[in-house]
Amino acid sequence: MPIDPKKHEMPTQAPEVRAHNFNEVALGYTEEVAVAEAQRCLNCKNRPCVSGCPVNINIPDFIAKMKEADFEGAYQIISKSSSLPAVCGRVCPQETQCESKCTLGIKFEPVGIGRLERFAADWHNENVKEAPEKPASNGHRVAIVGSGPSGLTCAGDLAKKGYDVTVYEALHTAGGVLVYGIPEFRLPKAIVAKEVETLKSLGVDVETNVVIGKTLTIDELFEDGFEAVFIGSGAGLPNFMNIPGESLKGVYSANEFLTRSNLMKAYREDMVTPIQKGGSVAVVGGGNVAMDAARTALRLGAEHVYIIYRRSMEELPARREEVEHAEEEGIDFCLLNNPVEILGFNNPDDPRDPRNGFVTGIRCIKMELGEPDASGRRRPVEIPGSEFELHVDTVVMAIGTSPNPLIKNTTAGLEVNRRGGIIVNEEGLTSREAVYAGGDAVTGAATVISAMGAGKVAAKAIDEALQK
Amino acid sequence: MYEIITKKELNPTVTEMHIKAPLVAKKAKPGQFIILRVDEDGERIPLTVAGVNPEEGTVRIIFQIVGATTFKLNEKQEGGFIQDFVGPLGEATKTEGIKKVCIVGGGVGCAIALPVAEEFHRLGAEVTSIIGFRSKNLLILEDEFTACSDRLIVMTDDGSYARQGNVTVPLKEMLEAGERFDEVITIGPLIMMKFVVAAVKPFGIPCTVSMNPIMIDGTGMCGGCRLTLVKEDGTRVTRFACVDGPDFNGYEVDFDEAMSRGRMYMYFERRAYDETCNLLKK
Repeated sequence: MPIDPKKHEMPTQAPEVRAHNFNEVALGYTEEVAVAEAQRCLNCKNRPCVSGCPVNINIPDFIAKMKEADFEGAYQIISKSSSLPAVCGRVCPQETQCESKCTLGIKFEPVGIGRLERFAADWHNENVKEAPEKPASNGHRVAIVGSGPSGLTCAGDLAKKGYDVTVYEALHTAGGVLVYGIPEFRLPKAIVAKEVETLKSLGVDVETNVVIGKTLTIDELFEDGFEAVFIGSGAGLPNFMNIPGESLKGVYSANEFLTRSNLMKAYREDMVTPIQKGGSVAVVGGGNVAMDAARTALRLGAEHVYIIYRRSMEELPARREEVEHAEEEGIDFCLLNNPVEILGFNNPDDPRDPRNGFVTGIRCIKMELGEPDASGRRRPVEIPGSEFELHVDTVVMAIGTSPNPLIKNTTAGLEVNRRGGIIVNEEGLTSREAVYAGGDAVTGAATVISAMGAGKVAAKAIDEALQK
Repeated sequence: MYEIITKKELNPTVTEMHIKAPLVAKKAKPGQFIILRVDEDGERIPLTVAGVNPEEGTVRIIFQIVGATTFKLNEKQEGGFIQDFVGPLGEATKTEGIKKVCIVGGGVGCAIALPVAEEFHRLGAEVTSIIGFRSKNLLILEDEFTACSDRLIVMTDDGSYARQGNVTVPLKEMLEAGERFDEVITIGPLIMMKFVVAAVKPFGIPCTVSMNPIMIDGTGMCGGCRLTLVKEDGTRVTRFACVDGPDFNGYEVDFDEAMSRGRMYMYFERRAYDETCNLLKK
């Protein structure tokens, strides 16, 4: 049978339907399609895909199980390397990782590894009710700061080896960016909750409402008997552009906008946390977070949503799939534009006018691409005299974050770099003995899977150090 | 879940609770705050700590019933539980080197001012407290302030108790009469703090204000609590009340902006409050 040159398509909700609901966009393969897609794998000898995976999932072996429709067998192979398979199958940028190395991809489209991973994980979650067995304790205690992707991965890997692991989470729900940041329509929260439950059945203790650096310090964790600490506290304070008007009502950071909608469920009519809905919305930035914010705004009932990005589509850092989905849903990409001011309502005759101080528009300037800058991308340059205004009611700033200062400020001897990221060696060890770190707290804003990779590396190093 | 150990009505709109939260009780310092969620579907609201008992493991909160969440919180009874309670957040009020202090509290802000006054008293500083309320029936914590203040001045807007007028009246009188403090610390409605700052400014006395903007996570993630400081040279800088505050140099805070931002969800809040009241009254 000749090999199908194309990946089996992922069925999705129709754009005109999904633009008005928060249900998951991608619907997942059926068993038949999953087996057929698995059969596209050449099972080549040198297995380049594995090296493309930050957590080194044994991809050809799990796909081999899928070819035989042994989905549970496939899941078991994946879960040896990944503590969050249903999450990774959805949010990993496979096109630049495993799938970019796929031998089939040289001539055709690569194997849909991410889609297969998602199928195996969903199949397991739906069909296997027994929780995994709790491994025998080895008597060593490890504390994890933050229950995002790096913390959960580190916790899972250590728990499987018999460590008594406690995860401390500052918010009221475990999952970190997986629950406050990534929207329901891309990653249903029930799936995150299920992955956390799986870790709990491995013996991981999750303590919510504990802010390390405030409620407890790193030093107190050691006094309490923990032998190692992993810091996966994630991204910190949102960046703003420092242009006039950023304090007007209706200007959000992407973190706030997404947290209100995702964690606090402000999109539901029955919830008490407010969010500004409807009208026209401008999202500033071109990353995955900007795509998430724009698509969330649309689903909250916005009539028109702009993405304002200062470079061109070619440099736009968001995943291609997310950009395509956003375009299909009708998001308006205003590329090569940069905001210079956010405009607000001001009634000079009535300081008590309730409309005062609310956003009415955004003034932008057109850009063109000049010489490449330090990042290798062509530097955007303003075109003089090209300013124009867009009428909008809400502005969301999705231009990155700076590391959170809470742990740094309360942990003597913990070194950070110029940008505030925690400094670690190749094993994730910080400048403090037995204190490890990984994920956005180290690198600044990056991907879920790279944070998971860092959690995995640190778990290995912690295990080696404590077994000495 | 966090147990409500005691509940007491301080006046018809202000309630005091002691919540069992041993880790917070052990750490919280005057000026810091907590964030709570009443129930599973509730919103996160910040409340400044009004005192702690580390031995009992309890944290005292005093809140005014102003919206849907505080209304629901007030419906809870002793022995009941609230869903989430996290802290202590923010930086504690700075006390180093201050030997003579004037604490100016307004309304329910006095609940936050009290532990600050008590801390200065404990450290041996000379404490002058000025506390103001709209009316006699809204007066709270008079006995506690008497206990920790070398001098206490109570003001009511309508003159129904003690002296009539707002808190800036006696403050100005003292300053104009030549009285000096190492620092004036004010906690209350934004408009009151703005006027306290204006009253103190001509005398060049440091003036600290305690900001309480809209927040969600309270840990330096969402940026909703941002405010603008205007430096002496006119440069405007963004700060986050949750990690940089809640105390700020009163001379630098852009109060008009903070007041405007505080009204962001006014209509939404009004509606949520009415709906919650109607629901619970049925």
